[in-house]
Amino acid sequence: MATADFHLAVALDGTGWHPTSWREPEARPRDLFAAGYWADLVAEAERGLLDLVTIEDTLGLQSDDPRQVGGRLDAVLVAARVAPLTRHVGIVPTQVVTHTEPFHASKAIATLDYVSTGRAGVRVRVSHCPDEAALFGRRTVAAGLLDDTDPAALAELFDEAADYVEVLRRLWDSWEDDAEIRDAATGRFVDREKLHYIDFHGAQFSVRGPSITPRPPQGQPVVAALAHRDVAFRLVGRSADLGFVTPRDAADAADLLGTIRTEQEAAGRGGETVHVFGDVVVFLDASAAAAAERKERLDGLLGHEYRSDAHVFVGTPAELADLALEWRAAGLSGLRLRPGALPHDLEQITRGLVPELQRRGAFRTGYEADTLRGLLGLSRPANRYAVLEHPETPGSAPAARRTASQHTH
Amino acid sequence: MPRKQIHLAAHFPGVNNTTVWSDPAAGSHIEFSSFAHFARTAERAKFDFLFLAEGLRLREQNGLIYDLDVVGRPDTFTILAALAAVTDRLGLTGTINSTFNEPYEVARQFASLDHLSAGRAGWNVVTSWDAFTGENFRRGGFLPQEKRYDRAREFLAATRELFDSWRGDEVVADKEQGTFLADPDAGRFGVHSEQFDIEGRFSVPRSPQGRPVILQAGDSEEGREFAAADADAIFTRHGTLEAGRVFYSDVKGRLARYGRGHGELKIMPATTFVLGDTEADAHEKAHLIRSQQVSGQTAIKFAEQLWNRDLSDRDPDGPLPEEDPVVGENTIAKGRASVRMYRDPVAIANEWRALAEAKKLSLRQVVIETTSRQNFIGTPATVAATMDEFVQTDACDGFVLVPHITPGGLDDFADTVVPLLQERGSFRTEYTGTTLREHLSLRPLRG
Repeated sequence: MATADFHLAVALDGTGWHPTSWREPEARPRDLFAAGYWADLVAEAERGLLDLVTIEDTLGLQSDDPRQVGGRLDAVLVAARVAPLTRHVGIVPTQVVTHTEPFHASKAIATLDYVSTGRAGVRVRVSHCPDEAALFGRRTVAAGLLDDTDPAALAELFDEAADYVEVLRRLWDSWEDDAEIRDAATGRFVDREKLHYIDFHGAQFSVRGPSITPRPPQGQPVVAALAHRDVAFRLVGRSADLGFVTPRDAADAADLLGTIRTEQEAAGRGGETVHVFGDVVVFLDASAAAAAERKERLDGLLGHEYRSDAHVFVGTPAELADLALEWRAAGLSGLRLRPGALPHDLEQITRGLVPELQRRGAFRTGYEADTLRGLLGLSRPANRYAVLEHPETPGSAPAARRTASQHTH
Repeated sequence: MPRKQIHLAAHFPGVNNTTVWSDPAAGSHIEFSSFAHFARTAERAKFDFLFLAEGLRLREQNGLIYDLDVVGRPDTFTILAALAAVTDRLGLTGTINSTFNEPYEVARQFASLDHLSAGRAGWNVVTSWDAFTGENFRRGGFLPQEKRYDRAREFLAATRELFDSWRGDEVVADKEQGTFLADPDAGRFGVHSEQFDIEGRFSVPRSPQGRPVILQAGDSEEGREFAAADADAIFTRHGTLEAGRVFYSDVKGRLARYGRGHGELKIMPATTFVLGDTEADAHEKAHLIRSQQVSGQTAIKFAEQLWNRDLSDRDPDGPLPEEDPVVGENTIAKGRASVRMYRDPVAIANEWRALAEAKKLSLRQVVIETTSRQNFIGTPATVAATMDEFVQTDACDGFVLVPHITPGGLDDFADTVVPLLQERGSFRTEYTGTTLREHLSLRPLRG
């Protein structure tokens, strides 16, 4: 079974990323709120041996335009609903981190890791929109966030996101792997020395811990973030295992990668693997003309040309394979493809692009691992709170180790 | 007149001493395979629903994490959504706290779960006020005890506003005309109450049931009134026929004040059971299970919860403490709802002493007698007959069964008692509906 160092993700959102994709003959807009729709898409991604799917989410309604898709299901729950139906593909729902509780999110993603037996990740997303703040009614959003004139407020939101990820990670480690002992002799179910308070104190929240959910199968589920600007590149460098960027071309990809590596170094994570995938919106057909014609038809229904934060690719799977290899040469370790229309462009990826990359020796021909970390070449991390049984050098155990019993006395 | 139908729910074994983790048959309490096994058994037996409890901080006693019971559980919403993938009809219900969540997010999650399970979601609304649990959340601990039902009521009203912000006919997805939503303002809501000030558009179109089924646990006056006003089913602790009938008529009697019919609130006591080939066999098993549930150490911990003081130097096989309980705020046990039941600890301690004196019981034996007696003990035939009598004579409408073994604790009941209930004509032989509301014989909600 050939493995390759290039990775593919697909970003699932509604009927596809083009706003009029729901009007395509193949589109299933009336099924968007039923489990079967999502199960079919994720099964197709798994048939194509993809590393992972991401599932988009926002707290509020996507659009005020009744001619576009309005309404969506909670992404973490969609992920949990499809997880038991698949075996290999990674499942990475979006979690909004601005108004929600890190304690709830941590146990939700840990549980997703259990129900998928080690295939969970989470893409963290900052909300800077006053409309979403009003849904929670707990705080107001600085006016300058909307027109981008308040860099301090923006930095605060991203600092909060970094705090949030820190809490997710500490809570995942708050149970050591062997905390459950079921010791009949002493009557103890757990060894409380192996459960840890996390005692996080941040500007927006403090969390005591431990989690109510034991350490998930992967130890640390994969944390991802989409980044377009400095504050977000910093978040990826500080906190993520996987960053999604939106390069215009290969040279831009190299630049963005350099920025993230710099942030990674600055955060003291230079030795860790942080994958960077390039986002591309794709319209794929057997001929470039057919793809262009389809894109034009969708644009016609929209009334103007579709634009995106990401590069919009219109062409054949083979041409997309060329782009993939160019971007790989520029240093990216994968692509996150945003299908213009579902299921058409997903099937073009799994049945066109994947075989093409396999022919070029650039993509796996079978799943080589059972966990998402495994597919991404990430080892299962040691627990930050665990003390090595046999430390290589005496006294190398973390000095600030806290255990449940020590802390409360 | 058709025979009154029993409603049955299965409580996934929880993080308390009812659950016997030391039994050789006890499996994982966290792997998905255990949840899937339990849910499939309940569905095979045509149960109305599965139920999951929740606690948002690990329990502590004497300042230490409590380690004698099962510790650790999954996220309620996430595990229920995953269980929707391995079942088709079973209702999927869980506890979600109204203090440490926000209405918008909870409504979004329940509406999503209801869509993803095709109409099988249910919500046990609980409230808490303790700063201990609050230490895990943005808000911290903050709610005065007397405010908790106010918040719960406002919370529930807010989610109802959200669920009802879509009527159910808005998504037309007319490809020819290019109209996705028939109503450009679908989902618009605004809640401005003492606790909440929220507005905008709700992002989940109306779900198959419209709203999740609402469950409520609690026997207090406020709890009963809350259930009569808003709940579809109420969990109780009343284990005897007489106490059950009194509670039943009290709670059902409150429904009319809220314009609700007799059948619109189902009363379902939490119920433990032990099955044997003979009565003697069942009682012998029951005795063994009680001793597994209340080890010497567990007995000391229970006594500490009542006495509200450290009793770790006592002998569980010796007498009860001679000194009286420390009255006032319970400081010994944290994160445990049951300590709230000890409203008059001195009186209860005196009852325990009287029991010990009368029956010549040790501390541990008293704890077993007072906390762990199973509700139904017997052969499948006698258990089926007794349960049916409870329902037919209006002591309840059904039961929430609490097995003591994960994940197989429901298997024998499903295989032996359920067929007898079906033979009696008191329990469904096939699901007749697809939604939880239909299983519970509740009228559909209007959009």
